[in-house]
Amino acid sequence: MRRLSLLTAAAFVALGLASASAAEPDKILNASYDVSRELFVAVNKAFVEAHQKAGGQAIKIDQSHAGSSKQARAILEGLKADVVTFNQFTDVQTLADKGFVAADWQKKFPNDASPYYSLPVFLVRAGNPKGIKDWNDLVRDDVKIVLPNPKTSGNARYSYLAATAYAKEAFGNDDAKVEAFVKKLLSNVPVFDTGGRAATTTFVEREVGDVLLTFEAETSGIRKEFGADKFDVVVPSVSLLADFPVAVVEKVTEKRGSTKIATDYLNFLYTPEGQTILAENGNRVRDPAVAEKFADKFPKVRLVTVDEVFGGWAAVNKQQFGADGVLDRLLAGS
Amino acid sequence: MKGGAGGRRLVLAIVLVLTLFVVIAPVSVVLVEGLSRGVGAFFGALGEEDTLAAIRLSIVTALVVVPINTLFGIAAAWSIAKFTFPGRKLLLSVIELPFSVSPIVAGIAYLFVYGGQGLLGPFLEEHDIKIMFALPGIILASTFVTAPFVARELIPLMQLQGNDDEEAAATLGARGFQIFRRVTLPNIRWGLVYGIILCNARVLGEFGAVSIVSGTIRGETNTLPLQIELLYHDYNTAGAFAAASVLTLVALLTLAAKVALEAKVGRGQAGR
Repeated sequence: MRRLSLLTAAAFVALGLASASAAEPDKILNASYDVSRELFVAVNKAFVEAHQKAGGQAIKIDQSHAGSSKQARAILEGLKADVVTFNQFTDVQTLADKGFVAADWQKKFPNDASPYYSLPVFLVRAGNPKGIKDWNDLVRDDVKIVLPNPKTSGNARYSYLAATAYAKEAFGNDDAKVEAFVKKLLSNVPVFDTGGRAATTTFVEREVGDVLLTFEAETSGIRKEFGADKFDVVVPSVSLLADFPVAVVEKVTEKRGSTKIATDYLNFLYTPEGQTILAENGNRVRDPAVAEKFADKFPKVRLVTVDEVFGGWAAVNKQQFGADGVLDRLLAGS
Repeated sequence: MKGGAGGRRLVLAIVLVLTLFVVIAPVSVVLVEGLSRGVGAFFGALGEEDTLAAIRLSIVTALVVVPINTLFGIAAAWSIAKFTFPGRKLLLSVIELPFSVSPIVAGIAYLFVYGGQGLLGPFLEEHDIKIMFALPGIILASTFVTAPFVARELIPLMQLQGNDDEEAAATLGARGFQIFRRVTLPNIRWGLVYGIILCNARVLGEFGAVSIVSGTIRGETNTLPLQIELLYHDYNTAGAFAAASVLTLVALLTLAAKVALEAKVGRGQAGR
């Protein structure tokens, strides 16, 4: 009996594989970052319907999720993704440098090819018992911060840079004071987890710390899973714009003949319908009308960019995160 | 052994405490958490399309890998235990290599060979042969990681038994394969079953190597362990624990089968 059902299962999968390899591009693969699964389940469903309503053929969107650096690497090694929807600019740039994505990929879609964005915010315990309002509360002696290691977590890099950007404004670019501020902030982190998910576990389940630094887009997932009444979101006075860049992997799509459908798919993210789904999942969107509709979900905040404050990702990677960069120095001393 | 009853009790106590905290507590938590939102939610989470697909993929992988490694294990054990030839020790070490290599190293090594930037990458690309980020890659990686299990069980057993039975059979006129089927195989059957059970459990549970070569396409190249990680990262705790309890169940069944086997044939035969 058991044997029979195993064989049935085997046959079932074999059939599935056979039909998959024989087909025209009636499906495309979206390689995305690790926490975007439910978001793209919703997006894909809507796109498939919209596409068919517009007279297109039936299409299936496959999803692959992992850290976006790992995804970029996998695509270089042969993962046949038609589009990428990442949370790190540098990971798309890696693909562009190797010729998988157009060199001018940022020009191919509106808003520098970033249909939505988010920002590091503070997730505090219900009622905000420590009264944490802004970045300068994070250097208080009585505040314990949960933050993954900026060396290994893209999420934490944004938080780290946002704190640095705040300090640069507060101390008028006095480097010594800026570094002292960030160093104090880092010294309030009792333990650095390697990734965002591990940090969430530390904060939520081990109940360590007073504030978790993470993307605003992540906080809705955390509150949904662990209880909206247990945590409050605090949006600081200023934060760092975190783009979610998208691109067509032309090296793959040109071979598969899927460039058009892949482009349509990414353009769908910019439509009012796509933007609504993005906003419903905790992301800030570009479309003014949609943004207006979700205004009370996303408190007003002044955002600065990596380009403005740090002169671009290439510079920031070298200056802050490289070997002997500022981060290494601050961590070594804390 | 030196040391009195007090010393023995202390060691026993340490072992029990460690077992409780390292093994029993986490395993129970997985099962309890899996069922904590009710049996309905448990089966609902398991019935989710992608999780079902992951379970199917893991089963298919096991259906391919376990027979391969069983044949390989028998052949390897047979050659190593029953014959002497130059390089025998070396072969033995090579077979055991996957035990000592971290699975992630194995995965990356396969990428270096079959990946797009790898040794054979351009050739495979040109001929449209998909190995990495598809079923063949998952099977390759799993085969590597579980290659020693059957052989490791059989080699000591076969060495212990020596060649006497086979030689007797040969004297009586049996030929090569006949000897194997009628004499060797019955002698090793419980060790073989034991090796297969272990191999199967490991294939179903393999994470590191497969995670590198899978491409984690949901519903297609996510094996059950990868799906568990995905659900966990999605804040889908119920789904993650439900899927995890399936693997835990496999482990418990493996354990039960092992105990049953050992009871059946005695400690000496079923391996250590």
